[in-house]
Amino acid sequence: MSTPASAAQLLAPLPGRRRRTDQVMRGLLALGTIIALVPLVLVIYYLFSRGLKGMSWDFFTTDPTGNFLGDPGGVKSAILGTLEIVAVASLIAIPIGIGVALYLVEFGRGSSFAQVVRYLIDVMTGVPSIVFGLFIYIVLVTSKIGGTFAGWKGSVALALLMLPVVTRSGEVVLNLVPTQLRESALALGVPRWKVTMKIVLPTALPGLVTGSLLAVARGMGETAPLLYTSAAVMGTSANLGERMNSLPVQIFGDISTPNDAIVDRAWASALTLVLIILIITLIARLAARRSRVA
Amino acid sequence: MEAGAARLGSTDRPSFEGRSAAARRADPLFRWALTVLAGLVLVLLVFFFVFLIKKAQPALAHQGVFSFVFSNDWNPSKEIFGAWPMLAGTLITSAIAIVIGVPVAVATALFITELAPARLRSPLTILVELLAAVPSVVYGLWGVFVLIPKLLGPEKSVADAVDFLPFVGGSAVSGRNYFIAGLLLAIMILPIVSAISREVISTVPPEHKEAALALGATRWEMIRIAILPYSRVGITGAALLGLGRAVGETIAVVLVIGSASVVGDQVFSQGNTLAAVIANEFGEAANDKLHSGALIAAGLVLFILTLAINGVARFLVVRAERKQTRVPAPKITAEDVATEVTGS
Repeated sequence: MSTPASAAQLLAPLPGRRRRTDQVMRGLLALGTIIALVPLVLVIYYLFSRGLKGMSWDFFTTDPTGNFLGDPGGVKSAILGTLEIVAVASLIAIPIGIGVALYLVEFGRGSSFAQVVRYLIDVMTGVPSIVFGLFIYIVLVTSKIGGTFAGWKGSVALALLMLPVVTRSGEVVLNLVPTQLRESALALGVPRWKVTMKIVLPTALPGLVTGSLLAVARGMGETAPLLYTSAAVMGTSANLGERMNSLPVQIFGDISTPNDAIVDRAWASALTLVLIILIITLIARLAARRSRVA
Repeated sequence: MEAGAARLGSTDRPSFEGRSAAARRADPLFRWALTVLAGLVLVLLVFFFVFLIKKAQPALAHQGVFSFVFSNDWNPSKEIFGAWPMLAGTLITSAIAIVIGVPVAVATALFITELAPARLRSPLTILVELLAAVPSVVYGLWGVFVLIPKLLGPEKSVADAVDFLPFVGGSAVSGRNYFIAGLLLAIMILPIVSAISREVISTVPPEHKEAALALGATRWEMIRIAILPYSRVGITGAALLGLGRAVGETIAVVLVIGSASVVGDQVFSQGNTLAAVIANEFGEAANDKLHSGALIAAGLVLFILTLAINGVARFLVVRAERKQTRVPAPKITAEDVATEVTGS
């Protein structure tokens, strides 16, 4: 070769044992990555191959009949229930979550109270979702506030789960807003609350949207917090004050029913749920791409 | 500063006097409102803890705290509530999840950050994170109708082949078992363990890696002597966060673990977990103070367990991510590489 020798050519060739170890270990790491993707491929494959055949016009437009034999009906009430319950949960969790994040970033620097709150948010992240469900059952269901089981009680349980996700991601995004921006506004005599509402929040908005949507996607797939708060498999009500059906709980109920038509409905519902979650996740990612900070 | 502004306002700055009383009060009000919101979190969690303890009290008093946690018999109809089968099941399934999930997750993180071609990195990251977008009930559905029937045969052969091994070999292989639950949990914790490991690995100073490579280390040797020692603590933290997830996971596990009331004989026999028993029995127990109390007590044990695991995990991850600024000198020396070369 006429070109100058590369570093590799200048060095003595690697002893065989070292080269083999390197190749084997690289191969193992690649293999690990492939193994990690196998379940994803399998889950998606089964969702489509078993879920598509259960999907039809009736699947989306009729309510579950509750019949064990014959036509099991569709999942209209479950889809509506999921959307309503998660919407109310978001209305609770997102404003409070962002509010807490604002406190932590704008007013809580260096205060020990903020340290405690930050720690508690961490604690909330780790609480198993079924335990939140239990808590809401004790506080809202057994106390018979507005009846026993109700859609909105499920929303509250989901909100508890979503709140720390919103706050943690919100804190990260708000911290990225440049301090100079705040300082210049304050120097011009703008009051603190106006700086926060008119300058900090709009700057961080795309990031906050991403974090909130990821929390929504997380809440949407949860079953456990709904089981003992709002759940009614086969329920047909669209009223948040009553027992409500939801997609995850519907799937959970259908799995335990030894009937092919109902199991088909479970697969089709699962595909529907995954597609809704994927769409929300996708929108969240697109919002993140538009972000001015981050 | 505020005092200064007020003084200026009262003397020679008419613009400050121009602000109405309401406008001057807006700032403290805003601050106060946000503080109350943050205080809400504190009140909520105190409330949460107190209520759980209060409602668990009847069952804990009936059974005794020690006996509740460590006796191997759960029989609600006879009012016997020993939650050891569930606690053991939680620990067994989570351990399986960690043993299978963590090596795969760390391998994925290392492959994506250090070995994969640059244009594959972001697609691979997105694919691994997609695993987290699948709801647990869907994993449960897949477990029940795909994993359980497909793996029953292989599980039986393995159990027969290693008959001599306690807790693995044996003839009591059932479709729903600890192993299937652990396998599903391994898949479910993979994205979070991998994501945090990636973050931790990305804090390894490039100088360390370059130093290793410049001294003639191969890629793997660079990973072994520059990356792994540096990020060991952080990766342990990531694994523990995964463990916290695995311990609290409910719906996927309840569908594939069966509902045994004693600890199973082997990894391929039916079991139960703390979260699963709550989901399974709470419906029928709701009107029975003792039974529902026992389930809430199980929730309390679960809560304390996750609290401890997550606490240690956060501590390790935070320490690992701060380390970047604290560790000054690269640890790799020419001797390290020389040892590699001479193979001693």
